Amino acid sequence: MIAVRLKSISKRFGTVLANDSIDIDIQANKIHALVGENGAGKSTIMEILYGFYQADSGEIELNGKNVKITDPHVAIANGIGMVHQHFMLIPPMTVTENIILGVENPKKGGVLQLAKAEKKIQELSDEYGLQIDPKTKVETLSVGLEQRVEILKALYRKVDILILDEPTAVLTPLEVKEFFQILKKLKEQGKTIIIITHKLDEVLEISDEVTVMRNGKKIGHMPTNEATAEILANMMVGREVLLRVNKDKVDPGETVLKVNNLCINQDKKSIIKDVSFEIKEGEVLGVAGVEGNGQTELIEALTGLRKADSGTVLYKNKDITNMSARKIKEEKISHVPANRKAHGFLPSYSNADNQILGFHYLPQFCNKTGFFDFDAIESYSLKLVKEFDIRPPITNLPTSSLSGGNQQKLVVSREFSQNPKLLIIAQPTRGVDIGAIEFIHQQILDLRKKKIAILLVSAELEEIRSLSDRTIVMFEGEIAGEVNSDDFEIKKVGMMMTGKKL
Amino acid sequence: MFIKKYEVILLPLISVFAALLVGAVLIIIVGENPLAVYWVFFKNSLFSLNGIGYTLFYATPLIFTGLSVAFGFRCGLFNIGAEGQLYIGAMATTLVAIWLDGSSAWILIPICFVVAFLFGGIWGGIPGLLKAKFGGHEVINTIMMNMIAFALVNYLVVGPFHRKGTQILETDFIPEAARIPRVHDLIPWVPKTLPLNLGFIVALIMCVVVYLVLWKTKWGYEIRAVGISNSVSEFAGINVKRNMVMAMFIAGGFSGLVAVHEVLGYRYTFHDSFSQGVGFIGIAVALLGRNHPVGIVLAALLFGALNRGSLFLDLNFDDLSKDLVMVLQGVIILFVATDKLFKKMIGIKN
Repeated sequence: MIAVRLKSISKRFGTVLANDSIDIDIQANKIHALVGENGAGKSTIMEILYGFYQADSGEIELNGKNVKITDPHVAIANGIGMVHQHFMLIPPMTVTENIILGVENPKKGGVLQLAKAEKKIQELSDEYGLQIDPKTKVETLSVGLEQRVEILKALYRKVDILILDEPTAVLTPLEVKEFFQILKKLKEQGKTIIIITHKLDEVLEISDEVTVMRNGKKIGHMPTNEATAEILANMMVGREVLLRVNKDKVDPGETVLKVNNLCINQDKKSIIKDVSFEIKEGEVLGVAGVEGNGQTELIEALTGLRKADSGTVLYKNKDITNMSARKIKEEKISHVPANRKAHGFLPSYSNADNQILGFHYLPQFCNKTGFFDFDAIESYSLKLVKEFDIRPPITNLPTSSLSGGNQQKLVVSREFSQNPKLLIIAQPTRGVDIGAIEFIHQQILDLRKKKIAILLVSAELEEIRSLSDRTIVMFEGEIAGEVNSDDFEIKKVGMMMTGKKL
Repeated sequence: MFIKKYEVILLPLISVFAALLVGAVLIIIVGENPLAVYWVFFKNSLFSLNGIGYTLFYATPLIFTGLSVAFGFRCGLFNIGAEGQLYIGAMATTLVAIWLDGSSAWILIPICFVVAFLFGGIWGGIPGLLKAKFGGHEVINTIMMNMIAFALVNYLVVGPFHRKGTQILETDFIPEAARIPRVHDLIPWVPKTLPLNLGFIVALIMCVVVYLVLWKTKWGYEIRAVGISNSVSEFAGINVKRNMVMAMFIAGGFSGLVAVHEVLGYRYTFHDSFSQGVGFIGIAVALLGRNHPVGIVLAALLFGALNRGSLFLDLNFDDLSKDLVMVLQGVIILFVATDKLFKKMIGIKN
């Protein structure tokens, strides 16, 4: 039975045709994966189904009946729910308060009937094995549990069709496993699930059917058991893709960075405990770990954004502990921050302006009187835009108008191009499409070949495995273990990430 | 695409036009003819040489305070303190000019310019420093600094520096050498009474300076970067705190330069309560002018023309007073602040 039938849906944003006459049939009671690179239009078509956008043309059929979904309220009334990539929860409120927000429905003289709602939420949670206590405050929950609250929010509104936008992007490997259990349970109970993603292994593991989109068009549709990662990747990108990078052997040289017994405290709590490691020229040191186990603070201390309480950071035998961010940059230490939007670039600045950010004061870009040399900036930007294949290749476009992958390439182009001797990279491919991932990985390995020392922090174990020479695993601010690339096993590292000593 | 490109100009224009319409409704309600009222308004502010002269005269201090507020805005800081900063700048300039009586104009005038900027700057820089060091909110602190400034200059003009032998609350006059020329001194056939002076040219020069600094130099680049995102700037190695203090100092300096127009070019003395809210209207000017020097000049001219035109309302209409201008100003700001409405009307999506 077909639950949702999208019939030749088209949607245009300015000059971009985000959806070009898309037809998709969603089978009831199945898990349907919608895959494609960033900007392929998969979120757009789901936002149309959810009533967030209106299609320029085309029709939506629900259970055989034509419906007009003019806004999300209509969608919910028709049993369609959506969990966005960024959760929409109010941290200081309890789970119940968050869930009933907008559908409080008080009967008795305007008094909230919290207890009744709580009971219902508890029942739903038990039914689907979500293990959520309706009375806890959202701010105390982990990201994985917050996601479950979002799912509960949809279930509470009696949703039959659940759209999930990149649901695993924020989860740890263990949480992903549990999340898939929940999806299976939802399916057992008769729900229809649409999952937007670009992680192919997950598509293969969990979905029943898969639809591939590229450049606003539907490229193909097949039962998942007929698909392989290679087929899907080639459909997504439109050409042959190397799913695994080729890593040449590089003999490590001198030690570039040496961290000795670094400690950081915050609010009387120790968040980095006695961390020591070193990185040599031409070596990639991976840092694995569930997010929030001190990786962020470690990077901030190394890049001058946070003060260390004790310990030393030696860079080429020079003490750079607690130097300012600019001084550290001037030592040829580059930093690609984990969150490009919050820390990597200025949205309203042009691509050219963003490509000199942090280096803008150098004589390369401005003369002694402080005035910019716009010709120099323009030609520098043009060079980087070409070299790093940033699209569209227009230097005076505001960076906010680029896709996530191209924004990331822009940040990478800036940080890779000032002859760094040490590169500190965090989540280099988060929210980035396959084509860009391949490109960025290749750039990292190219720098490694040029004998540059690289510290790579990533939540993607596969990424760490394919790029690093050695990997340290962090747990609660400490180094829980270290593995060489030869004996890197995802399972073993995953165990270390949860604090289990081997 | 066309609309998007000219959005910057179109939206303020629509706001002004809509405000005039609302004003027309009000005028009808009180029983006058809006066309007649607006004719009197603009005849006296735009369609005569004298009118234009006065419009420019009224616009001059607004350009300074508009620049002041806009400069803070560009660094992400809301400078409500222009009013206090201009009083401090004007008082300091007056006193220094009197103190240096006997110096030549070539020394005195540049010193007065510097003092005006410096003292206004210090008054703006203090809230900047409090923000950078302790995170004290600049809105609260600039308002507090206003209060201190009002009390301080009032004390000085009523007490120790009050000119002897007059009931008017003014200080002694500044020496001739410190005075800057009026239009009449440069173009003799312009009436001597027109108070428009070199301050207007200084204001325009400052607009050019602001434009160059903000968009053509590394310092302006940093200030705007901090204004867009503190955290991105910090990650880029930009000293966010220093930029905040600098921006507030410079913002205060522009307000201080009102002294050039008011003290050196117009009254030649510190006159108690001379500003009448020029510092606050500067917020409106910056808002309407989209924090851009060109927009600020245009917005200041509009507000200047309104000020000038308002003087003729009492004379010509029994049921209207110059307060109508305050209503118009208020409505313009309201419309500028809620430009989403117009964006929807002309079909611009956010």
